Amino acid sequence: MSESELNRQATQSEMPFALVEGQPFTEMPTDLYIPPDALEVILEAFEGPLDLLLYLIKRQNLDILNIPIFSITRQYVEYIELMHQLNFELAAEYLVMAAMLAEIKSRMLLPRPVMDEDEEADPRAELIRRLQEYERFKQAAEDLDTLPRQTRDFLPVLIHSETGIAQEQIETVDIRELVLAFQAVMARAELKTSHAVSREVLSVKDRMASVMRRLQSGQTTRFDELFTPEEGKQGALVSFLAILELLKAHVLELVQNQAFGPIYLNLAAE
Amino acid sequence: MDDQQIKHIIEAALMAFDEPLAVQHLKQLFGEQPVSGADINRALEQLQKDYVGRGIELQQLSKGYRLQTRPSVQEWLDNLRQNKPRKLSRALLETLALVAYRQPITRGEIEDVRGVAVSSKIIHYLMDKEWIEEVGYRDAPGKPALLGTTDEFLNYFNLQSLQDLPALAEIKDFESFEQSLDFNEQTE
Repeated sequence: MSESELNRQATQSEMPFALVEGQPFTEMPTDLYIPPDALEVILEAFEGPLDLLLYLIKRQNLDILNIPIFSITRQYVEYIELMHQLNFELAAEYLVMAAMLAEIKSRMLLPRPVMDEDEEADPRAELIRRLQEYERFKQAAEDLDTLPRQTRDFLPVLIHSETGIAQEQIETVDIRELVLAFQAVMARAELKTSHAVSREVLSVKDRMASVMRRLQSGQTTRFDELFTPEEGKQGALVSFLAILELLKAHVLELVQNQAFGPIYLNLAAE
Repeated sequence: MDDQQIKHIIEAALMAFDEPLAVQHLKQLFGEQPVSGADINRALEQLQKDYVGRGIELQQLSKGYRLQTRPSVQEWLDNLRQNKPRKLSRALLETLALVAYRQPITRGEIEDVRGVAVSSKIIHYLMDKEWIEEVGYRDAPGKPALLGTTDEFLNYFNLQSLQDLPALAEIKDFESFEQSLDFNEQTE
């Protein structure tokens, strides 16, 4: 590590607000110090310890990837203590985070055995991972909020009426029919193989969820509609395995209108 | 049956039923009449064009079509509205975002990312709105329910599919950054 870097680190922990990203800070940022009576309101604004921690880091314009654990821990604990003084009942998660920070801090104070250098991870790694993950979804939630949504941004146009949509009737089916239908799907997937360029990771578990979703609306879906020929044989197999798993678990039901007619799937009646 | 007639029937049906209509429903409208999927698509396309520059629009959804007011006129409609829609809380939006992007997901996994317990109230609200549902159970101790979003979620948020969700931010690679991390941070 270069000398200047060492200096920066040293200055940062002795006088936490003296240098932020190389910029000198002569005054403490006022927004870090919250008048006690405002605390209750502000705490309500936090969605938990990760959110509070993220706030403390962002207020200092620091990168999540390089948290100055000592100053952040001190601020976090000050915050928690202040809330205790106010008899504010803290969610247990806030205390768990305080303990986690203290643990990271103490592990960073311990000298690292030279031999284990390759194996020992940075004690902050897990915290950083969690902060990053939380931040992504905090952002995703804000993005979701900006999507036009029914009632707030638009209204469906409808003439009031109490008309329901008629459903067509269907009967049950044999599993052998399913295998025959699957062969047809595979044959179609075969035709598409020359177009397959990229390799996609397909999991039966994910596929089960997406099959369930497709059927969840209570609608009956044709067996071959559950397959995407573009995914090739592998994709068809994953879908088929997913359907079989769901049938085994009695979550799905097979139906057919007439012998050798198309096979339909729907959710098993409870 | 001519194109004009088909278009009129579809337009009326889209208004008369209080749920989005799938192409299959639209076909059902015509019973024994020789109306093909292509005829219906042509009529829908024509309708879409007809509504250009109007206060309402034809929106394609994951499973079907819906006539709806344009978001640009909403502020004016709000003036006449008795009840303004409630804002969704951050806790609720974060939970919904996790289900939308990470489905199928258990409650425990949502709690792992958010760092706080997920309140049952939020889950009930989301289920009540039919935005999320149990899509199965994880094969793990306790058989926790797996949550996923519904078509109703897509419809409500004006999306055709989950692919239309805004992209999730990229994770910065910690591994590559790790080398530059300073292990000897000074104490106070």
